[in-house]
Amino acid sequence: MSGGGIAQLAQALRARRVSARALAERALAAARARSDLNAFITLSEDAALAAADRADAALARGDAAPLAGIPFAHKDIFCTRGIRTTCASRMLERFVPPYDATVVERLAAAGAVAIGKANLDEFAMGSSNENSHFGPVRNPWDATRVPGGSSGGSAAAVAAGIVPFATGTDTGGSIRQPAAFCGITGLKPSYGRVSRFGMIAFASSLDCGGVLARSAEDCAHVLAAIAGHDPRDATSVAHPAEDYVAALSTTLKGIRIGVAREYFGAGVADGVAAAVRAALAECERQGARLVEVSLPHAHLAIPAYYVIAPAEASSNLARYDGVRYGHRCDDPQSLEDLYTRSRAEGFGREVRRRILVGTYALSAGYYDAYYLRAQRVRRLIADDFAAAFATVDLIAGPTTPTVAFRLGEKAADPLAMYAADVNTVAVNLAGLPALSLPAGFSEGLPVGLQLIAPAFAEARLLAAGYQLQLATDWHLRQPTGAK
Amino acid sequence: MSSSALNPQPAALGTWQAVIGLEIHAQLNTASKLFSGAATAYGAAPNRQAAALDVALPGTLPVPNRAARDKAIRFGLAIGARIAEQSIFARKNYFYPDLPKGYQISQYERPIVSDGRLPVRLDDGRVIEVAIQRAHLEEDAGKSLHDAFHAASGIDFNRAGVPLLEIVSAPVLHSAQEAVAYLRAVHTLVRWLGICDGNLQEGSFRCDANVSVRPAGSSVLGTRTEIKNVNSFRFVEKAIEYEIERQIRVLENGERVVQETRLYDAAHHRTRPLRGKEEAEDYRYFPDPDLPPIVVTAAEIEAIRATLSELPHARRRRYVETLGLPEADAAQLCADKATADYYEALCAARPGPAKPGADANPAGGREWAKLCANWVLGELAAALNAAELPIEATRVTAPALAGLLARLADGTISGRIAKEVFAAMWAGEGDAETIIAARGLAQISDDGALAAAIDAVLAEFPSQVQDYRRGNDKLLQFFVGQTMKRLRGQAHPQRLNALLREKLGSRAEGRGL
Amino acid sequence: MSIDHATVRRIARLARIAVAEAELPALADELGRVLALADALAAASDAHAVEPMAHPHAQALRWRDDVVSETDHADEWLALAPEARADLYVVPKVIE
Repeated sequence: MSGGGIAQLAQALRARRVSARALAERALAAARARSDLNAFITLSEDAALAAADRADAALARGDAAPLAGIPFAHKDIFCTRGIRTTCASRMLERFVPPYDATVVERLAAAGAVAIGKANLDEFAMGSSNENSHFGPVRNPWDATRVPGGSSGGSAAAVAAGIVPFATGTDTGGSIRQPAAFCGITGLKPSYGRVSRFGMIAFASSLDCGGVLARSAEDCAHVLAAIAGHDPRDATSVAHPAEDYVAALSTTLKGIRIGVAREYFGAGVADGVAAAVRAALAECERQGARLVEVSLPHAHLAIPAYYVIAPAEASSNLARYDGVRYGHRCDDPQSLEDLYTRSRAEGFGREVRRRILVGTYALSAGYYDAYYLRAQRVRRLIADDFAAAFATVDLIAGPTTPTVAFRLGEKAADPLAMYAADVNTVAVNLAGLPALSLPAGFSEGLPVGLQLIAPAFAEARLLAAGYQLQLATDWHLRQPTGAK
Repeated sequence: MSSSALNPQPAALGTWQAVIGLEIHAQLNTASKLFSGAATAYGAAPNRQAAALDVALPGTLPVPNRAARDKAIRFGLAIGARIAEQSIFARKNYFYPDLPKGYQISQYERPIVSDGRLPVRLDDGRVIEVAIQRAHLEEDAGKSLHDAFHAASGIDFNRAGVPLLEIVSAPVLHSAQEAVAYLRAVHTLVRWLGICDGNLQEGSFRCDANVSVRPAGSSVLGTRTEIKNVNSFRFVEKAIEYEIERQIRVLENGERVVQETRLYDAAHHRTRPLRGKEEAEDYRYFPDPDLPPIVVTAAEIEAIRATLSELPHARRRRYVETLGLPEADAAQLCADKATADYYEALCAARPGPAKPGADANPAGGREWAKLCANWVLGELAAALNAAELPIEATRVTAPALAGLLARLADGTISGRIAKEVFAAMWAGEGDAETIIAARGLAQISDDGALAAAIDAVLAEFPSQVQDYRRGNDKLLQFFVGQTMKRLRGQAHPQRLNALLREKLGSRAEGRGL
Repeated sequence: MSIDHATVRRIARLARIAVAEAELPALADELGRVLALADALAAASDAHAVEPMAHPHAQALRWRDDVVSETDHADEWLALAPEARADLYVVPKVIE
């Protein structure tokens, strides 16, 4: 599927040079061939082939929807009717939702063919995809390294060429960080741009559905299908979605890119900083103007995030109590026993840790110093962005401070793991859209450039990425073994 | 044991003063739930009215019901409260099997309604103003059925997510009687406003009471206990009475009241601590991240205000001051809006005079108002009660009853006959005029017909006439009786009397009429 | 920031997560270190001046009309339950 962007595939499908069924079969075969990556929790072959056949029929009739016949993977956090949805948790190991998420519905309506459910960190809590009940995902560029997380399976599946795109969710960097680690393009839309209905909640005021693909152009095609208001999500925004594909032709000429000083701080590896600066220099050659900006509270993003996200999670995950669905311990002796054992057994270590941290941050006597304080800092962080966007159109920096780290390297130290999110979490706190773009290599591993836009300026963001990718070929590089 | 013996009035409490605050949960009568499109109808089979959200399936999200918000605002306006321009849905976190999400969506720091007051008429006629601290929107929990199975409880989530308005009074009530009068006033108001059906048996109107006692004259609140979910007005009164007594006993024994939740045991007339509630709860309230702030604009508030009609206490006052009704009648009529509206329609439906030349207003407006009140609270209430019908389903409409009362007021029929006509109307035999005519029940007040009958009687009993004229006044009643008999009881009594006196007097002069 | 074992027990109880005694020391240490991250928040002296931010956008809640839109899915939902009888979800006996 190398080099096959969504537009080229759609063209080939419409010209009947390839069938949707053939693409689905090829993707399923590739997924099986690369089981070493552990990118999938569930492959849904029957549903995929049925969807492919429907797409072929529509293509034959000439009334095919825009993504008809394009295979893809869903992060296993989106509820899929009749197909188990685990959130990579023992808690939901056998949970088969009787309904589809809005994102799932919309992609199905757009004709795209889901081949399965991609692996992730349990309940999207993690930055390495090592916190999965179904085992870690491996980075297609180097099997000893993590793909990033939490959308690690989605990123690995796209980077390995199994599917041209995958859905993801981003609560603190969970789309952008794995996209950076795997050398692909990841879009986290503005909060509220994509419906959260049927997307299993981690931290509701931060969670954002989005897409991982090979290019900004492909992200635009997918966003066009999934964006828009949904009456089933009270935080879904009423703003009409723009024509993201048409807007791609806007050049970088005169675009002011704010280079955030704080995003090149002490923890950023030299090779990463150099690659990102080189990519920015390319933007400048395309006519963009680079302006140094400051986000003075950037260093408080991790502390604020690691209070707010666990606090919300502690409440969101209270519903997993072994009563109505999900894991229930054997032979509960009492209600208390049912709750405490089902939850201790059903949740993995990191999820338990975050629930406890969040419970603490909300509990009597600590609420003001932790939760409320973090919410005030959140405002300062959002205000930093607003001030910067008064003078620039986009803000740039490295997506991650380092390239993909080794499996196990940070697993024992939650703080080291959390530090990998240093440049991504602030965007979620402020609810902004951001894009991670391949920006060359360091130590032979992909580096990501993060572009951040004001709320609901996805069109501007995607156009900038597209224009950079017209002039560069980093996004076309694939690891060996890619399909 | 009489209640006054158990709980003397505040003055007689002597050294102690009770302090009571009520938390009332009024179920808002919306068609769908607060956050899901599931139905709220009472009595469905278990779990048939529980949407995916109501059983907290993963990925489901709350979408709030505008009607619930508007009903809360309606209540706020009726108690002269502040309606928050911005208020917040917060999560109250705790684990319980009937709480599917592990949290209840409620309001905490910024409720939609705050600082209201409600005039409450006590049984002795005094009116107190009760401060209402807040009223907030929240969702109900499901229902635990503890006796469903051996060694297990069953959970029904039909009620989960039903919208509630929690109405919190300030701790300003000082006796069980005051507390119940306030509870009744809120009950009247929420039904009056059409926001709650007020059904206590079905749990659509529930009450928790916070009770403490303190030395009389102290301004410091004592340690309080909370009495949960008492489901009748009588039990609320008894539970509070018992609890005040108990706390006084505890304090007088030199012990301390323990802050705890207690349940009222109606069978044994006592309260007991609720098991499993011994540890202090830590609800970890925080703004619900799924729900942005509730914003209410001035225009929205005014639109709701425009639909508010006269409130029960205002109408009660008007009935007393303008219509001259006794306080007790006015209070009874205004106990629910349907009754008050019926009464209002009845007063207004007074038909014009049936007979040319008759006084259009023989008894005056106040007499008519009182006559109407007597009938609504008397004959009509009795008939509704016997038929177990709400006034909305009455078989005699206000205009129909007005037709009957007009005939009573103008003397066409007597009170006794009016009751007979009413019964026939209730039985569906037609309107008052038809029944009076068909049964020939009209009183004879036509002087010609009366005079003819009197003449016949006087002619029949000449010796009695002579006796009368010699001074035996008592015989007048004999002539009345004989004439009534001749007219089958339908003579207009006052008219008959007057004519008889006239004729008996005039006979001496040898002149007939 | 150090968290004592009693606090861990209290928090675990609030969160209804069973924690074995043997796990307490490691857990107390981890939680202490994670919570220590938040110490930096206390140093943000300008935080007093701003309102807490609970939602990313200054967005007002949107409402739906009061319409019954759900149909009966009880059988599907109950089929997901680890234990259900007589159309009720079943838990160990709760005593009030």
